[in-house]
Amino acid sequence: MVPSQNIKLVSFGIPEKGLLDKIAKSVMKAFNRSVTVKEARLELGQYFDGQRRQYNADQLIQMVEDHYASEQHKTIGLFQIDLFIPILTYIFGQAYLNGQTAVASSYRLGNERYGILKNTNQLSDRFAKEVIHELGHAFGLVHCHTPYCVMQASTYVEDIDLKKADFCAKCKALLKNKNS
Amino acid sequence: MKKNSILIVDDEASVRDSLYNWFLEDGFEVSCAENASKALNMLDNQRFDIILADIKMPGMDGLEMLRRIKQIIPDAVVIVITAFATVDTAVQALKDGAFDYVTKPFDPDDLSHLIRNALKQITLSTENESLRSLVVDLENVEDIIGESEPVKQMLTEVEHVAQSNASVIITGESGTGKELIAKAIHSNSSRRFFPLVSVHCGALTESLLESELFGHEKGAFTGAVYNRKGRFEMADNGTIFLDEIATISTKMQVELLRVLESKTFVRVGGHKTISSDFRVICATNRDLKKMVQEGSFREDLYYRLNVVNIRVPPLRERKDDIPLLVNYFIEKYCTSMSRSKVGMDKTAMKRLQEYDFPGNVRELENIIERAIVVGNGKEIRLKDLPLSKEVSTNKIESLDELERQHIVNILGKYSWNISRTAKALSIDRVTLYNKIKKYDLKQND
Repeated sequence: MVPSQNIKLVSFGIPEKGLLDKIAKSVMKAFNRSVTVKEARLELGQYFDGQRRQYNADQLIQMVEDHYASEQHKTIGLFQIDLFIPILTYIFGQAYLNGQTAVASSYRLGNERYGILKNTNQLSDRFAKEVIHELGHAFGLVHCHTPYCVMQASTYVEDIDLKKADFCAKCKALLKNKNS
Repeated sequence: MKKNSILIVDDEASVRDSLYNWFLEDGFEVSCAENASKALNMLDNQRFDIILADIKMPGMDGLEMLRRIKQIIPDAVVIVITAFATVDTAVQALKDGAFDYVTKPFDPDDLSHLIRNALKQITLSTENESLRSLVVDLENVEDIIGESEPVKQMLTEVEHVAQSNASVIITGESGTGKELIAKAIHSNSSRRFFPLVSVHCGALTESLLESELFGHEKGAFTGAVYNRKGRFEMADNGTIFLDEIATISTKMQVELLRVLESKTFVRVGGHKTISSDFRVICATNRDLKKMVQEGSFREDLYYRLNVVNIRVPPLRERKDDIPLLVNYFIEKYCTSMSRSKVGMDKTAMKRLQEYDFPGNVRELENIIERAIVVGNGKEIRLKDLPLSKEVSTNKIESLDELERQHIVNILGKYSWNISRTAKALSIDRVTLYNKIKKYDLKQND
């Protein structure tokens, strides 16, 4: 039986349809829920911080909450821009814990930013894990210490590579309880 | 389990909000105060595990607040936030008893490390680790399925070794689940709040392994836009798991020995010596002692790594566990394929228990996954198992020959499609290429 609250991925300017499809598939597998993908257009200038040359994730998540979230879905906005929150130098994504909304960006997930050969498969794996992780927060899960669980905190791309695109047994049980 | 609590004291609402969300996601109970007076009032009524406070605030500043907190609660863990220009003030804060300081805006990694260190201190000061170890059950061993004597014995060893800081070598044939044992040791050690970092040495060339282990500095070579941490650095305060340790080159053996002895290293392109406190767990399916005698593995490195040896028994030595494992994999794959749970025909189960499983648990897992895919959706039958020939004709004695034969079979099954074969064998493509080279396999053999 598929639970009632489903997942909506809103793409803000991610051109590769293959990447979105792959993420949708991974998210569907991890949560066992139906996933819809929506493409949206947005003038990003208003979220850009000229001093930091990055985009304000606090403002972007609020925008997604105001314009795209609904009671029937957990909604995540997908970007490919460098995100920050005021106190941190960068973030890969963030979510309203136990809320309806999250955001994630692929910007810092590509090998080429670290001087390594581009690897599109690795990029899509990392992005999928990040999206599942943020959605996990939206479903009420907090960071987990179990090795390889997707809810482990990741502050470097290499941390993301250490995880699987799936929840550990404990988080799975919590997820099930939260929705029963 | 009780949540850790944190009090954030900062006059900037955006900073409070950012940190509030960050710590909620990290599983903390979070409270905020916009000035020092409010924070001190809150501390009168409630105890917080960690207090994170900005130094520069209107009214009473963070330093004065720190001094007052330390007078009331001498063991309070206070971390101060400062701007780049005020490092001197941060030094003063440390002298006044702050646990640490961080300059804003900070790297998520720095914040994460700082908090983990603080939690470690809190845990160590509140728990009597040795007493605790006597009563706590092993955690995170859900994936180690088995109730047979060899498994029970192995888990007792895991329990004992987890409490120490000793290096461990896990030996066992391919597919026995050596990585799960490493995970169990780490999850039950005092290092469990920090990462378990795995490196599959066999899948990397010598130069790649070096860069993976040591990391590189921004600008070290064209395209290195950001700093990249190496695995040793990522494993700081945690555990590094070096899988297929027997495959590393002589040069890397020297490097590894040096790092293990000094626990320091330099990133590629860097000058700064970096320290990292990690525990080492290695795994291999080879006989390292024999390799030492043959001169292909350094004796000094062997003795440094082999403080404790845990042997993971092959599946043929614990056949009593096969029904439990079968049930576990049926449940796992039926759930992931969103199917109703299938049953297991008695004849099929008997055949599985007769089989020797050269590929061990991994092979059993693949067999069950395949059987669920090709089966009738109700139960796994004998004809769904790709075993009939192997059981009757298995005359092979050497493990290498068994592995070779199994790889030949699976390569044939997937018409030498490397990606699909590697996936079926649950190894990566590089490892498969290495094995093809090792056994000199040719497509037309």
